[in-house]
Amino acid sequence: MSDPAIAAQELCKTYAGSTGPVEAVAGVDLTVEAGEFLGLLGPNGAGKSTTIGMLTTLVVPTAGRAQVCGVDVVRQPVEVKRRIGMASQTNTLDRQLTVFENLEFRARYFGMGAGAARRRATELIELLELGDRKDAKVHELSGGQTKRVVIARALAHRPDVLFLDEPTAGIDPQTRHNLWDTLRTLHTEGQTILLTTHDMAEAETLCGRVAIIDHGSILACDEVERLKTGTGAESIVTVTYDGDPAPACATARDLPHVSRVEATEERVRVFTAEADGILGQLATAGAEHGLAIRDASTMRPSLETVFLTMTGREYRE
Amino acid sequence: MTATQLQRTSTQPTTMSTLLTFRIMLVREVRVIRREFVSFVLRTIMQPFFFVFVFAYVLPSMAAGEGGAMFVGAGDGPSYSTVLVPGLLASSMLFGGFMAVSMPLIMELSDNNEIEDRVLAPLPVWAVGLEKIVAGALQGLLAAVVVFPALYLVHAEGAAPAIDVANWPLLIVVLLSVSLLASALGLLLGTVIDARKISTIFGVIVVPVTMLGCVYYPWSALETIPWLQVLVLFNPMVYASEGLRATLTSGVGHMDTWAYLLFLVAGTGALTWLAVRSFTRRVRR
Ligand SMILES: Nc1ncnc2c1ncn2[C@@H]1O[C@H](COP(=O)(O)OP(=O)(O)O)[C@@H](O)[C@H]1O
Ligand SMILES: [Mg+2]
Repeated sequence: MSDPAIAAQELCKTYAGSTGPVEAVAGVDLTVEAGEFLGLLGPNGAGKSTTIGMLTTLVVPTAGRAQVCGVDVVRQPVEVKRRIGMASQTNTLDRQLTVFENLEFRARYFGMGAGAARRRATELIELLELGDRKDAKVHELSGGQTKRVVIARALAHRPDVLFLDEPTAGIDPQTRHNLWDTLRTLHTEGQTILLTTHDMAEAETLCGRVAIIDHGSILACDEVERLKTGTGAESIVTVTYDGDPAPACATARDLPHVSRVEATEERVRVFTAEADGILGQLATAGAEHGLAIRDASTMRPSLETVFLTMTGREYRE
Repeated sequence: MTATQLQRTSTQPTTMSTLLTFRIMLVREVRVIRREFVSFVLRTIMQPFFFVFVFAYVLPSMAAGEGGAMFVGAGDGPSYSTVLVPGLLASSMLFGGFMAVSMPLIMELSDNNEIEDRVLAPLPVWAVGLEKIVAGALQGLLAAVVVFPALYLVHAEGAAPAIDVANWPLLIVVLLSVSLLASALGLLLGTVIDARKISTIFGVIVVPVTMLGCVYYPWSALETIPWLQVLVLFNPMVYASEGLRATLTSGVGHMDTWAYLLFLVAGTGALTWLAVRSFTRRVRR
């Protein structure tokens, strides 16, 4: 049995921060096998970039351990860097070089000869459809082009594990779909990928497994389907009344299949394995106490409801 | 792409591959320098050229005419151009090497964290810092090569600088350590200066460092102002100027060899260590 592509145990990072310490990652455990496509899904500030930063040796963990292909990220960073490709969230391209040169030099840093590096750069230009931007300066690229060059550069030395930090954030839908196709192809060809995203649809479309991260902790990690049907994955019925919803809450708690009821000033949120009929019951219960419904919705099990069930808060962005 | 995708880059022994990556990073710098060569030359040569033009040619030529005595005291000592050559060479090298490292670095460390491009290469982070120092030193030396002909050739009639190299190895040591000192300073300041404050900070630093750097007068001549002669010893420019003055124009009074050499060699070593450490801490969050 070979080493997992990525393994992390109790990985922590607390930044010094200018206004006091910030606990960005608070004990992450993670295992990704070779050939997997794992999504790290979480809202902004959840700790995705910090986690990926530690796995790629760019951020020094404050506690815990991590290995890439069995190599420790703190003790042997250079050996780890040989095995990984990293596409950061920001535009970290070399601004003093052209697009082509960015790819060429990355390949050469990893030991390819001049000719081989140029051939590799040409291959990557084709793969990511950057032909017409080959000789462009970095500052002349659009957002979507930048993202593609950053990914191409990460692939330059044919890494064992590819890390992508929000590769499609802020780019247009057309480019995003093309990029998804490219990533799928790479994965089919055997590339191990860890991708972070705040986009649930993206995680659901691309990834074999998804780890949901919030406040620096992984809340769940499984195949999307299993997350949706597993324990805690439920439909959520939300009803907004024109007054205090307490009586409706009481009714809801006594209904079968309901696991949890949350109430705010005017709103009731019911977590249930069986959503059918709940809305009617809530309407009746409200009417009995003179409450009219202003708004109502039912969310079927999805990553969104999984997130909401686990954190008790709406998934933003 | 299918077939090549699975083929891996061969793993070489670590030291060898670090050296290889280091060398390719230098190749990158050379490519960037070559591309920006014209602007590099213009930037480097302006200040020293116009300085020698006015002070070694225009003013002495006026002195030869009516009323010129108010500019230049007559005397048998070395011509003023002899004083200027090592001073302006030192300041060109120091600022050339310093700027070559600090300016791009400040950009690379700002919001986009562009430095990641180099840091993800398969070599230790300290080696990336060291590479920046070596590349900056090359540009410091290049600045010397570009500026020297102008300093040597531009002067009034009969007032050529008296260049006299008695000890070539010593001159080479001085040139190398001045350029390394410059780029190590560039790396150190580049890692601590905030991108938004660079122009202010450089604007404030450049004038006093040059004016009080024994660029325009030899250190020994400051003996008439003892407090200033001591105060300027805090300025690294002084050792660069005096080192070149001693090795290039031995006719002019200069600081003792042990003094400038100690500072240049030990100071360069210490600064390199500090700068690489500061870089490593700044880069690995
Ligand atoms: N260099 C840093 N210094 C201080 N705090 C940081 C730094 N980088 C990130 N943080 C904080 O750590 C938390 C997690 O950030 P990050 O890992 O970037 O999250 P994500 O990528 O999921 O948006 C955030 O609260 C962020 O403000
Ligand atoms: Mg992020």
